[in-house]
Amino acid sequence: MPQSFLENRHEISPAVRSKLSPTLPHGLPVVSRLDFLPRLKPQTIFPQPEDPEFWSKLRHIAGHQLRFTEVLKLDRLIAKISPQAAGLKLKLAILSSATTEHLAAGLRVAGARHNMAIEVYTHAYGSALQELNDPESGLAAFHPDVVLIAFPYPHLFGSGALAKTPGSIRDNLAFASRMLQNLRELAFEKFGCAIIQQTILPTQPPLVGNHEFQLPGAPACLTAELNETLRQQSIDQKFAILAIDEAAAADGLAAWHDRALWHRAKQEITPAAGLAYGEMVLQVIDAQRGRTAKCLVLDLDNTLWGGVIGDDGLDGISLGQGSGVGESFVAFQTYAKHLSERGIILAVCSKNDEENALLPFQKHPEMVLRREDISSFVANWTDKASNLRTIAKHLNIGLDALVFCDDNPFEREQVRDAIPEIRVPELPEDPSFWPETLAAAGYFESISLTADDFSRVAQYRLNAERENLKSSSSNIDDYLRNLQMELKWAAADLVNVERITQLINKTNQFNLTTKRYDLAQVQSMMTNPDSLVLSFRLLDRLGDNGIICIVIGHKSGEELLIDSWLMSCRVLGRGVEKATLGVLAAKAAALGVRQLRGRYVPTDKNKMVAEHYENLGFVAAGENIGGETLWSLDLAEYTMPDLFIRLTQVEQ
Amino acid sequence: MTDDEILSKVTAVVRDVVGDDSVVLTMDTSAQDVPGWDSMAHINIIVALEHEFGMKFKTASLEEAKNTGDLVHLIKAG
Repeated sequence: MPQSFLENRHEISPAVRSKLSPTLPHGLPVVSRLDFLPRLKPQTIFPQPEDPEFWSKLRHIAGHQLRFTEVLKLDRLIAKISPQAAGLKLKLAILSSATTEHLAAGLRVAGARHNMAIEVYTHAYGSALQELNDPESGLAAFHPDVVLIAFPYPHLFGSGALAKTPGSIRDNLAFASRMLQNLRELAFEKFGCAIIQQTILPTQPPLVGNHEFQLPGAPACLTAELNETLRQQSIDQKFAILAIDEAAAADGLAAWHDRALWHRAKQEITPAAGLAYGEMVLQVIDAQRGRTAKCLVLDLDNTLWGGVIGDDGLDGISLGQGSGVGESFVAFQTYAKHLSERGIILAVCSKNDEENALLPFQKHPEMVLRREDISSFVANWTDKASNLRTIAKHLNIGLDALVFCDDNPFEREQVRDAIPEIRVPELPEDPSFWPETLAAAGYFESISLTADDFSRVAQYRLNAERENLKSSSSNIDDYLRNLQMELKWAAADLVNVERITQLINKTNQFNLTTKRYDLAQVQSMMTNPDSLVLSFRLLDRLGDNGIICIVIGHKSGEELLIDSWLMSCRVLGRGVEKATLGVLAAKAAALGVRQLRGRYVPTDKNKMVAEHYENLGFVAAGENIGGETLWSLDLAEYTMPDLFIRLTQVEQ
Repeated sequence: MTDDEILSKVTAVVRDVVGDDSVVLTMDTSAQDVPGWDSMAHINIIVALEHEFGMKFKTASLEEAKNTGDLVHLIKAG
């Protein structure tokens, strides 16, 4: 499936080729492996800037497997977008010793696909360090949000004599590693930006072959060794990895690197792979900003098993049993199960009678997924778009947190049309290739896995149990008392800063201002004595809900401006907001603050908190354009109400 | 394919890459004659032609190519 067009081409004789050429895949080999829509029809009309739906039409085109020249054409149109019309704006600088200017087009087109208007800065050949050091440089004026560091092997290790002694091998590695670390540190120091470190593309052919490892100073071994070092460093030094080495291993080096172009123009990544490269980078950027999905929604018939359970019955569906098709469904279920074990919520959305839909989960011996793996199970005859809304509501997550897998192209199209926020991969016909399609699409990319990720699925399951407890309690106070809640709070919890950043970026509904911060910004607020970054973890008798609430405040004289207040909707209706205010008021008073000032900034998604401050006893303090409301609370008049929540502070 | 057929496809590729549908190429046209056909566009044109025709140019022959006609002949030779 991930065939390399470059390689195949040499096996076709010129005579045959001339006959075949109109139908040969001109598309980019790397891209065809991803979840992109099919190639554009030849008569596709590109929109013009006057079109009121210019940006959404560009985004739609960017979702296809574009030919090389189509990428360039689309990029020229993207340049015409007015800044207000596009989605999120982001400034990306590439620091490299290779030529990278040709990668900008693919990055901008992939950006459109991800609803981001990307501005790309590339510097003159060989001037990365000068650009960073010179306060007058183009890079300094550009002031990037993200810096991508991409160095090729020859510029890290040179072409000198082969390192043969352990000492010289160590020196070579240390030099290269130090050089990259220096660039990362400088970039962070200058711009406080997010950093992406590209691994070293394994361009160096082996000197031995299968037994290359016996020559640890060989270029291929140094490449692998340095890549391992970068991965280890990324954990402690908090930068993201762009695993170009793994992409090359999956697609073949030739799909990414054209040796002739390296020699001709010092392009390490071939322009032909530009869009695939852009897509990879955007997946990492999405992950850095917490824009990745949380839940995989699965169709049933012909998606989790072959055949239709309602027609074919338990014995008639194809699942396992040594048949190729049956085994491919088992493999797909196994992949989904593993995703759930690393923290991705699973849901089912199927047109079926519920009784039939449940049957394989209860009775089929080869089912890998069990009913308890599915956090929301919807099987009925309503249209899928409505059911997907129900699932999102049931799980208390946004529609943009869903990935929907369905074998049926019509259902996919209907869902894409009805709810553009939901990610709907274009699955190949053969289910054997679904796991790698999902993997390559990067929906569930995460820069740093936290302990909360591993327990999230259990938390969603426990929530369902809490719902049951609620319906069995005679009144709400009994229910809350029964829960035996404990709210553990921390100020400037650097240990959990990744999870805190994740929440800041992912929370849309219970979010008063919807401000987004990256890891570096959160760390910097945590260390600022005039800022408060409070985080709250909720425990109850059914288990640990993890960190569920963040409040950020900045002291200004005798006032504390509440910059952000956000909470996971999983814990709504339990009095957590009131307890949170209790902690905030106490911490603010300790800073010498007399008054809290809050702000509600409306978005499409946060209507539920429009009355948040009012409900907590704040008084209205004005209104700004766009429906923004201002609130204040005099601490002298505030006393914490009685709650069913015990408060404890986490010792740092 | 005849030279003319190849030339018309090459013209389409060059138009797409430089973003100018009014570009007209003859066998004698060289890069300097076409606005926008700079060194980066040149590489893009070569990569696009390799895709379009399902072939790969040899580095040495590319360096010797002086005009569109030379490219057409290289494509014809495969």
